[in-house]
Parts: sequence; C-alpha cells; structure tokens
Amino acid sequence: MATTIADDLRPMHHPKTWAGKYVWSQDHKVIAIQYSLTAIAVGLVALVLSVLMRLQLGFPGAYSGITPENYLQYVSMHGMIMVVYLLTALLLGGFGNYLIPLMVGARDMVFPFVNMLSYWIYLLSVVVLLSGFFVPGGPTGAGWTLYPPQAISEGTPGHQWGIVTMLVSLAIFVVAFTMGGLNYVTTVLQARTRGMTLMRMPLSVWGIFIASIMGLLAFPALFVAAVMMLLDHLAGTSFFMPAMQSMGQTSQTMGGSPILFQHLFWFFGHPEVYIVALPAFGIVSDLISVHARKNIFGYRMMVWAIVIIGGLSFVVWAHHMYVSGMNPYFGYFFATSTLIIAIPTAIKVYNWLLTLWRGDIHLRVPMLFALGFIFTFIHGGLSGLFLGNVSVDVPLSDTFFVVGHFHMVMGVSPILVIFGAIYHWYPKITGRMWNDALGKIHFWITFLGVYVIYLPMHYIGILGVPRRYYALGETGFIPQSVHTANEMISIAAFVVFAGQAVFFYNMIHSYFWGPKAEPNPWGAASLEWQTPETPPGHGNWGAHLPIVYRWAYDYSVPGAARDFIPQTEPPS
Amino acid sequence: MSLIARLAEKSWQNPGIDGRSDPADYRPPAAKVGLVAFMGVATVIFTLLSAAYLMRMGIHGNMGHGTAGDWRPLPKPPQLWINTGLLALGCLAWEAARRLARSGEAAPMRSAAALGNGLGVLFLLGQLLLWRHYQAGGYFLAANPANAFFYLLTALHGLHLAGGVIAGLHAPYPPAGGHDARLRIQLCAIYWHFLLLVWIVLLVLLLST
Repeated sequence: MATTIADDLRPMHHPKTWAGKYVWSQDHKVIAIQYSLTAIAVGLVALVLSVLMRLQLGFPGAYSGITPENYLQYVSMHGMIMVVYLLTALLLGGFGNYLIPLMVGARDMVFPFVNMLSYWIYLLSVVVLLSGFFVPGGPTGAGWTLYPPQAISEGTPGHQWGIVTMLVSLAIFVVAFTMGGLNYVTTVLQARTRGMTLMRMPLSVWGIFIASIMGLLAFPALFVAAVMMLLDHLAGTSFFMPAMQSMGQTSQTMGGSPILFQHLFWFFGHPEVYIVALPAFGIVSDLISVHARKNIFGYRMMVWAIVIIGGLSFVVWAHHMYVSGMNPYFGYFFATSTLIIAIPTAIKVYNWLLTLWRGDIHLRVPMLFALGFIFTFIHGGLSGLFLGNVSVDVPLSDTFFVVGHFHMVMGVSPILVIFGAIYHWYPKITGRMWNDALGKIHFWITFLGVYVIYLPMHYIGILGVPRRYYALGETGFIPQSVHTANEMISIAAFVVFAGQAVFFYNMIHSYFWGPKAEPNPWGAASLEWQTPETPPGHGNWGAHLPIVYRWAYDYSVPGAARDFIPQTEPPS
Repeated sequence: MSLIARLAEKSWQNPGIDGRSDPADYRPPAAKVGLVAFMGVATVIFTLLSAAYLMRMGIHGNMGHGTAGDWRPLPKPPQLWINTGLLALGCLAWEAARRLARSGEAAPMRSAAALGNGLGVLFLLGQLLLWRHYQAGGYFLAANPANAFFYLLTALHGLHLAGGVIAGLHAPYPPAGGHDARLRIQLCAIYWHFLLLVWIVLLVLLLST
C-alpha cells in the first residue's frame, strides 16, 4: 500500500491522462470536488422537493399535481437526501477530503485508491436512490425514518419498490462512507507532517476527525437495519414485522419487533446529527478565528468538547423514541444524558462568543455566515432543551415545533457553515475570488429568509399543528392565522430557494471570470494557505513537506511583524 | 507514545526541539491502523446484530421487543464443529505464515499462506453445506427468527472471510514499491484471528440459545 508521508513523490501515482486526472482521480482534491458537486446536485433535488411541499402547505390544492401520496414521498426523500446524501457527503466527503491532507501537511490521503472507490460507490448509491423516482409506485413515502411495519406494508407509497431502492442505496452509501471514513481517520493519525501534533491541528480537522470516527461506529447500525428490513420485505422474515391483520387475512410474518428497528435506526440517527454538526463546529471555529483576527478562545477546551459531544451522542438515541413508549426509567436516563450534552455544547458557543469579544472583526461573507450560524444554532439548540424532556416532548413530538427545531439546529446551521466554508476556501480551491456584493446579498436573503420560514413553525407547532400532514382541512383548534402563517412561510421559502441562484451564479461566473486570488487572501495561519501553488498542485507541497512550529491560531500576536504567524514559521 | 499522552500535549511544545519525540518518527504503518479501524467497524456490526438477536429472542419480552413464544432454536449438527475446526486451523496456518515471514523464509511462508487460504475456502464451503443441511431439514430463512438470524450472521461473517481470502491471495506477492510481504502477511494473520474470535462469539451465541 503506497503511503505518502515521506518527501518521496514516487508513490504519488502521477496521473497521465485527462480521465486519470479528472475522472478516475486518486487526488484528494479532485475527489473532494467530485463529492461536493454530486452532493450539491442531489441536494438541489431535495430542495425542489421542499418547494413542492411548501407549495402544498401554503396554498393547498393550488397545484393539483401533488397528491397526498406524492407529498409523503417528498417528505421522505427530502429528509433522507438532506441528512445523508447532502450534509454527510458534503461535510466529510467534500470538506473532509479537501481539508484533511492540506491542513495536516500530507500529500494525499493514505489510501488514495480506496478514497477514489469511496466516491464512485457514493455516486452509485445516489443513482440507486434517485432511481426510486422511476420505479413503479415511486419512491418510498414512509418518512425519512422508514419505520416498519408501515414502510413495507400496503397503503404506504412506494412500499413495493421505492423502499427497496432506498434501503439498497443506504447500504451502498454505508460501504462508501466506511471507505472514506477509514481514510480520514487513518490520515489524521498517520500522515501529519513533522511538528503537527494532535493538539496543533485546526479545529476543522478535529471536527471532521471525530465525526469520521462516529460515522464508522454509527453507520453500521443503519447498514444492519437496512439489510434486516430488506430481508423482511423480500424474503418474508420477521425481524421487525409483527403479525398483522388486513382484510380478514393474517400476514405471514409474526412476532417481529418494530421497536427493535427504531433502536437500530436511532443508534445511527442521533450520532448522525453530530456527524453533521461536529465538522460544522470545527469549521466555524476556524472561520471566526481567521476573520476576527484572534486566536480561538479555549482551544483545548474546544477539542475536548468535540470529543465529549461525540462520546455522549451515542447514549442519547432513545430521546427520539419517547412517543414510542418505553420504561419510564429509560426515559429518565435518556432525558438526562440528552440534557448533559448542553454543557460541552454551551462551552463551544461561549468560546465562539469570547473569540469574537474585542476581536478585529472583518464582516466578510464567510464571517457573516459564521455569525449567522451562531444565531440559528443557539435558537435550534434552545428548542432542543424543550424536546429533550419527556413530558414536554410527548405533546410536541408530532407537531411543527419539531420541524422548526431540527431544521434550525441541523438543517440551516450546518448549511450556513457550508456556505461560509465555500466562500472561505473558494479562493484556494479555484484560484479565483468571488463577487463580494453578490455574496452579501446571498447571505442576507438566506439568513433572514430561514428565520421567516422556521421561527413561525415553532408557534404553529405549539398550537398543535401536526407535521407530515398533506392538508390541515377544517379543524377547530387550528385558527385562520395558521393558514396565513403557512402562506407567509411558503412565500419566504420560494424567495430563499430563488435566492440560491445568486450563489450559483456567483460561483460559476467567478470560476471563469473572477479576479485572480492571492495565495492567502484572508491572512490565515493554517497550513492549507501556505501551499506553494494556488490551487495546490498534485502532491500539495512541491519538493518538501512543510514543517510545523506552532498552532493554527497565532493571530494579532503582540510584537509580531504581521497580524498572523503561519504555522510554518519557526520560533524566532 | 499513548493516545492519551498525545492528547495531553500542548500546542506550544515543539516536538523534536524541546526534547520531545516527533509523532512522525514513531508511527505504526498506516495499513495497520486502517485495518484496526476496519475491525472496529466490523465489531460494531456484529455487536449490534448480537444485541438485536438477544432482543428479538424475547429475553426482554416485557419491553415489547418481540414475543418469547415464536423463537425456536436451530439444532446443532456436528458440521458446526467441523467448520469451526477448519477456521481454527486456517488461523494456525496464518500464524505460521506470519512467523515464517518474520524470519524471512519466503517459500515456506507462501506455502503456509496458501494453506491458510485453502482452509478458509473449505470453511466457506462447509458453511454452505451447513446451510443446505438446515434447508433440507426445513429450517428455512423465513420460517423462524432464529433461522433468519443464523443465515444473516453466517452470511455476513462469510462475506468478511471471503474478503480476507481475496486479500490473503495477494498478500505474499507485494508489488514493487509497496510494503514488504512481512507486513501484509502480519495484517492477514491479525484479520483471520479477529474473524475466528467473531465466529467463536457467534457460535457461543448460537449454542447457548
């Protein structure tokens, strides 16, 4: 197995053909871009689905093409695509791939061939997933959680073929992720350059590293659950399927446990929240530090908070199952462990704020997105405190309050960080600068827009408006104002959707016609900005690997000549 | 240097300068770390399946995880022991290959590795025969959850072993510029020991229930 730790360029497999360089590439930077573009493309499908859902909710019946079955299919596909195929793939496959080798001073991932396979298998999983739209009966409408027995029982949209494509796609995705995850973890452990101790790594790498370990431990649960449900559906086993009566006939299955599926699903599902959140935490720490020209406050505390959050997230999964019924002592345990996560999370939030405190804040576009993240994350986190308690969760669980909560905390927040990160590293990735005014327009449309969308959802949720409903109809407890609020939310959603065109225009236009970027336009200290070429060439570092003498946060050091000291600068 | 000690390092301490060793000097090979991480993933898969097995059995019947009544354990034919013996012998062959590789005896090492692979293939064939034996007895996949778990667990274990055989076929013949055969054989031996351990745990689970 070729390793890339030494200054020896021989094992680098320099590509000789166009396809070897851009298609079947083993270069982590190319793979990162392949991962990112695929994730964004499939994310756009999910975004269109959400617009169709809002069309139905805001203006019921306005577009007759959306049937109740379609609506459930949109909900399910939107959720699964956004959580797994967009956020996980983009943050780990995209940013993980691009940033880890550059930030730790490696020439590439330690297993480049496996890394390439990881992308192509991921692409296969996306193709299988999207094929669900073209099979008889359409994609599954079981909700993104795919609970049995309804997911594979008659009456649920896509219960015959849609659920099969979904489960097969998830199993393939887990294989792809495992290949990538093994690479990320091993590269961080094995390929750091001289002087790059673990406690000198940028927090972006820490977030991605811990999230990768979590993914390796959590995704097997999804794999196992998917395989078992496939067997229940296709081979007639009874892992999850109880005996059921339909039209006077008893099903062939008996004795299976739907709750068992829920345990397996959420043993994956909750860590998944943090698999998405931890890379975002890490990246936003770096954005804030660079653009506030201050070292990150409490670096070691930040690292430990990431590690502790990662560990705790494996013992909270059943808080998603309060309404499924459980032993009250279990509920007590899971509520307690859930609320304890607030402590390391609050440490991180305070440290971000303290990093900003009296900093030399530059309100550039990446910083705006980082600040926007702090707002949305605090809001989403606080509503999580409500839902972490059993007695509060039970009445709120099936309402729009939950939709508002999780979109704020794990939908909008990581997406804002992703936008910030794209704006931040775009000059390094492409060698071009984007248009600042368009970037700011994009930020304000997105940031204000998501508030108009998700804040009212908390209120209509408290009124008791149920989620997952195709239409509310005429009910006594839902006042007219809810319908008006739904119209407003939908209009805001359309505006935010259209506003993303500004982002895509900016990125595509700048790629071809943007001004040439400086090698280090933000004056950042971390290693990826110190490459000899911009964008970095194959092998990243030219003839010799960099040597690291300090952490990544030497900003505004008193007495220093510049307001930052690169990690590669020896102590004087 | 342990992971804990590395985490206790301070960012202002300069490895290699302040009298501290640099991590770049004492790392195990990346392939070994990758293999350990992969075995971690496999351990999680089999642990979760074992937990699901026990829950589905109805041990916790009062928690709603299935009913105790529908679980009918499989019979334990002697083939189980024969297959276990084949796998254990395969592990011994790989252990011999590892020791021979360490002492630099290339030709006997290749023979031992080939023997290990052969025993692995025999184990897989034995497992298939065991499946056929159960099928002939009417113990079909969908007939009972105990059967379903048996087929699922053995299939997943078999897939992992088949991967081990494919790697094992290549291990004694390293390409130019890659790691030497010693490391590759060592990694194969570690993986086969791991799969034997997993099989013994699964066997205890099957025999005791």
